[in-house]
Amino acid sequence: MSKKQKRTEKFLAAMTYGAFIFTFSVLVFIIAFILFKGVPHLKPSLFSLKYTSENVSLMPALISTLIMTAISIAISVPLGVFSAIYLVEYAKRGNKVVNLIRLTTETLSGIPSIIYGLFGLLFFVTYLGWGFSVLAGSFTLSIMILPLIIRSSEEALKAVPDSYREGSFGLGAGKLRTVFRVVLPAAIPGIFAGIILAVGRIVGETAALIYTAGTVAQVPKDLLQSARTLSVHMFALSSEGLHTGEAYATAVVLLILVVVINTVSAMVAKRIGGKA
Amino acid sequence: MNKAKEKIMSIVFLIAALTSIFAVALICLFLIVNGIPAMAKIGLFDFLLGKEWAPSDVPAEYGILPMILGSLYVTAGAVLIGVPIGILSAVFLAFVCPKKLYKKVKPAVDLLAGVPSVVYGFFGMAVLVPITGYSMLTASLLLGIMILPTVIGLAESALRAVPTQYYEGSLALGAGHYKSVFSVVLPAAKSGLLAAVVLGIGRAIGETMAVIMVAGNQARIPHSLFKGVRTLTANIVIEMGYASELHRDALIATGVVLFVFILIINLSFSALKRRSDK
Repeated sequence: MSKKQKRTEKFLAAMTYGAFIFTFSVLVFIIAFILFKGVPHLKPSLFSLKYTSENVSLMPALISTLIMTAISIAISVPLGVFSAIYLVEYAKRGNKVVNLIRLTTETLSGIPSIIYGLFGLLFFVTYLGWGFSVLAGSFTLSIMILPLIIRSSEEALKAVPDSYREGSFGLGAGKLRTVFRVVLPAAIPGIFAGIILAVGRIVGETAALIYTAGTVAQVPKDLLQSARTLSVHMFALSSEGLHTGEAYATAVVLLILVVVINTVSAMVAKRIGGKA
Repeated sequence: MNKAKEKIMSIVFLIAALTSIFAVALICLFLIVNGIPAMAKIGLFDFLLGKEWAPSDVPAEYGILPMILGSLYVTAGAVLIGVPIGILSAVFLAFVCPKKLYKKVKPAVDLLAGVPSVVYGFFGMAVLVPITGYSMLTASLLLGIMILPTVIGLAESALRAVPTQYYEGSLALGAGHYKSVFSVVLPAAKSGLLAAVVLGIGRAIGETMAVIMVAGNQARIPHSLFKGVRTLTANIVIEMGYASELHRDALIATGVVLFVFILIINLSFSALKRRSDK
């Protein structure tokens, strides 16, 4: 190698290493910074069941997050999984409807959350008259995560070997029985990994919720009451600017949730990978 | 009896699959029905190219050019920062990183994608704003960081999809490891890399909360990197809470403009993706 070549190699190597070190340090820095600033503020009063302007408890927001996640998942998973079953098991290749479904699913996955929020405000909150409510927020979220669920379920179903289906047909089972008893159980881990990613998306969501679920900081008594999730809570705290320490502590709880979600999803994905 | 059940369930699956079409149609319908009349009332030209946004003035002004430019500038800044770093990081992950290290750092990159945008925004407020102020520069920096995992993920798989013969052929001709990657593999992955950039653009232009927290949000045409800027997304969130009548509809029309941007970005992404999958 000539001297010039060697210099080029060195230069390119430096850029590559530099870029990755930057990316990695940003992550480490963000996490370290939040933990360092937030952990000292993790007081028991932050976890009391009732929110007051004194304790700025995050517990109600945490409970609301769980409720809204559960409802959105309950709506989205059956729709998404059934949709994937249609696409993989029933639809004929090159079918025009299938192409349209693919296109709209791709479109949905690219729509930013503020547009979902705007739509939720216009449709669920105003048109259907649900007001700022847990229900309106959850429905908005469920549309937002639908493409994610469809995508991961589709991939999980596609990964089930055809020999499973043939074996089941050969034993005399009908299509429906084959799908529910043979194909679906084999695809469960992949579908589950997708659901966890969707949960992560919900937990981190803010823009789609401010004008659909609203920002009330208490535990909702019924589904037509307004409530804020943890991310919305954190945004409210930081824009008020009065409780910076508590905002950091909320960020810590959010980060912990995200880390747990990511780890579980990676573990499930690994198990699928290990099997294949 | 079984046949009827099969038939019913196949229809149920079809109906579930039609939800996506239904949802997109409903979103378009509600945005258009609520947004277009406002555009007509304000005048399409005055709305899109008007330089003044002053809903509380008499008479009120509803020009969103400052926000359109704001979104475009901030996104361009984010791309300038995020794309080179993202693609170089992808090169590192795909061609440089030892397998053992890869297993440890890949989850870290995924984690970067999972950090909620409010946390990014808060971080930006606490760490970047004291240095660069509430400004276009801060928003671009923060968004550049936020699009990293998107760009890295797609770029990495695009790079891995290039057949190894390309790389090996280049080595055999006497080029070094890095030279081979940059002059042979990278150009071969062009469409995939471009798709990564386009999706990064989509993320940046659609990001809302983090931008609001660091951009300053002044509704005027930005003239300097160090001045505050308001994006289309910020305009909607900041004023939707108290807007009514034409002001409210103008905000929804702002959403329509954003939606059109996103549709254009989405379609180019799908087209590029299809090309790189071939």
